[in-house]
Amino acid sequence: MKDRIINIVETYGKDPGRLMDILLKVQAEFGCVSHEAITIIAAALHMSEVDVMQTRSFYHFFTCRPVGKYAVYLNNSVVSMLMGMGDVQDEFEKLSGVKVGEKTADGLISLHHTACIGMNDQEPAALINGVVFTELNRDKVRALVADMKAGKAAQDMVTTYGDGNNANPLMKTMVKNNIRKAGAVVLAEYCMGKGIAKALSMDARGVINEVKESNLRGRGGAGFPTGMKWDFCSREAGDHYVLCNADEGEPGTFKDRVLLTERAGMLFEGMTIGGYAIGAKEGVLYLRNEYTYMKAYLESVLSDMRSKNFLGNNILGKGFNFDIRIQMGAGAYVCGEESALIESSEGKRGEPRNRPPFPVQKGYKNKPTIVNNVETFCSSVRIIENGGAWYGALGTSESAGTKLLSISGDCKLPGVYEIEWGMSIKEMLEMVGAENVQAVQVAGPSGICLPPSQFDRKIALEDLPTGGSMIVIGKNRDLLKDVVLNFMEFFADESCGSCVTCRSFNMILRNSIEKIVSGHGIRKDVEDMAAWSEILRKTTRCGLGQTSSNPISTTIKNFREVYDARVKNVDYQSDFDMQASVMASCEVVGRSSKVHE
Amino acid sequence: MSETVKFTIDGKECQGTKGQLLVDAAADNGVYIPVLCHMRDLIPAGSCRICTVKINGRNMAACTTPVEEGMAIENNSDELTDIRKAIVEMLFVEGNHFCPACEKSGNCDLQALGYKYQMMVPRFPYAFERRDMDATSPKIFLERNRCIFCKRCVRVIKDNEGRSIFAFKGRGTTLQINIDKTLAATMSDELAQKAMDICPVGCILKKEVGFIDPIGQRKYDKKVIGSDIENNHQ
Repeated sequence: MKDRIINIVETYGKDPGRLMDILLKVQAEFGCVSHEAITIIAAALHMSEVDVMQTRSFYHFFTCRPVGKYAVYLNNSVVSMLMGMGDVQDEFEKLSGVKVGEKTADGLISLHHTACIGMNDQEPAALINGVVFTELNRDKVRALVADMKAGKAAQDMVTTYGDGNNANPLMKTMVKNNIRKAGAVVLAEYCMGKGIAKALSMDARGVINEVKESNLRGRGGAGFPTGMKWDFCSREAGDHYVLCNADEGEPGTFKDRVLLTERAGMLFEGMTIGGYAIGAKEGVLYLRNEYTYMKAYLESVLSDMRSKNFLGNNILGKGFNFDIRIQMGAGAYVCGEESALIESSEGKRGEPRNRPPFPVQKGYKNKPTIVNNVETFCSSVRIIENGGAWYGALGTSESAGTKLLSISGDCKLPGVYEIEWGMSIKEMLEMVGAENVQAVQVAGPSGICLPPSQFDRKIALEDLPTGGSMIVIGKNRDLLKDVVLNFMEFFADESCGSCVTCRSFNMILRNSIEKIVSGHGIRKDVEDMAAWSEILRKTTRCGLGQTSSNPISTTIKNFREVYDARVKNVDYQSDFDMQASVMASCEVVGRSSKVHE
Repeated sequence: MSETVKFTIDGKECQGTKGQLLVDAAADNGVYIPVLCHMRDLIPAGSCRICTVKINGRNMAACTTPVEEGMAIENNSDELTDIRKAIVEMLFVEGNHFCPACEKSGNCDLQALGYKYQMMVPRFPYAFERRDMDATSPKIFLERNRCIFCKRCVRVIKDNEGRSIFAFKGRGTTLQINIDKTLAATMSDELAQKAMDICPVGCILKKEVGFIDPIGQRKYDKKVIGSDIENNHQ
């Protein structure tokens, strides 16, 4: 073991900056990153063990004890649960004889929970040894467990392949694209190389000006003007870097999955154009661990582009050098925050940085860096091909272009839709065949829970901004239990903890909503939650913390009646249940647990 | 040469050098902004958030924000005082703090802020988190029940070769402060003392020298935290 781990560390040039890759490799080969492994890695990198441990323990796909020969990660996010993950989990637990969080005695199967894996349009879904299994039910679970007992490799358990590149020999996944509507920009017909050729025929300033003219704004959700970001970065001195955020962790979003599958070339082209604009030689695609199944395919697209001289040295004979590497994540929602993503790419805990300095000033390796979303880079290729003015004419006055929506939940046609900004929620619901809608969760848990009275509002950065996640919640759902509680559990787990307010308030708020869901809440609890959400919003550092109380604050605002119906209208109620507390001892001594009989 | 900038805190005219962190610039002007994670001349962590101020209408952490010309800063409003009090209360409920039995009592910044903001009963329910203590190092105790995750020890205490002796472990609900057993065994008495001194609470304690300062002679026994900053500038 020792020699092999030292060998892995040497593969990455004994560079602490590649600690993520080292840990991923060790986890894959040994089924865990044990204390022994940490000691070996720390010595080989000349780091302290706690510094290796701080990275190892941050990401939930790294484990300290060996996972099963088949590590089954069940998605327990909202839509998966709505679509029947409860049954799927029950079947896995029954057949394996262990609960989630445990491993069978023979070491064959371990069951785990994981947050949204980007398959909301084909839930319930799970990852088994990194292979994606979608649209699960009890019958399929029985077949999978039988295969495991027969010793079949996880990849060989996949019998049907999805459409498009999902069936590519390097991908061979059952994931479906579910592209329901192609628009004029990212999902329109694409021919590789036109964008790069045109960009390289312009000067860097011209490329930036074209992107500025298009009014393209960041597609990850924050909506920062892309051209301005590139401009700021290009004006800084020294080496520059291009990072692409393919961490797509916001529950309910999966549109980048489709772009990575069907428009990988376009994405890499966009990163190259960005690199040319700011003067970078290196790009990094930060790919979420859940999308490991795409890695080999994406590497093949990169090699193909190198062979066509769209990447590498002296691209298209224009004297511009640029190449891209893929950095895998290891399971942490907060890494979708750009500065946390940079930290993670450097092999550290994914903790957001303080600003200033901004990433455009000091980013990856403390050098000027642009971090953009997959869809943003793809859009930039079209802007170069067709011109900023063409792009700016699409959409609304403040939100130019098109937007990919990932629509899931209680609707007939879940999938990816490329729409022009400005569509109303009502129109969107008709488009996806949704009826009897109680609410739409716009922009994921960190967004807004929208009631029917506001369905006339428009999907646009000036009204309802979104990174693309749209979850339709039917009238038959228990909004507080199925949605709000699930989201708060998610945030409590995913807070990086480096801001004490984010860590603690999310736990406090999760406990409060749990109390209400369990029927012990009183009116004051609702008012307290609203007030505490506000303190959290005002005192945390990054976007995660500032928006993590939104599931509570937006439902209290828009669905107050749901809370009122659930809480008791009394001033005080003890959280302490005397009867339940003495139950066990009463059983032992054989008397009744009723105190006032 | 460094450039001088003018700004106001609650209407008071102040001066500082461009790029200086607001919390330090305020102190130089006799204005106390409470801190737990911040230490002058150390890379700011921005983790405790108790220094939250309002700058031109926006909530910002004073320990990570450089002063700029013309900034209008709100520091002592009712809203900010309530936020700070809430953070102190939150820290008291998330950890397990028993002041009367704590050796840092009277020297503890968290306790002192509790008095400053006149905390009576925390508004939040107690978490009663189980946190394990670590006494394996020859020189120090790590009493995790009292840790407030300020990262001072993480940032300051290193071995001779610059390697970390303290670091975080886990995230979210599983976060804890972790100590490197191998490197902690090499700590000198001076380094152990330094670790205890910079810890704003009673999480890091030097072994074998407990309760040296008698009650009544401790840092905050007779003066309110921050009063030295405010009085220096009368």
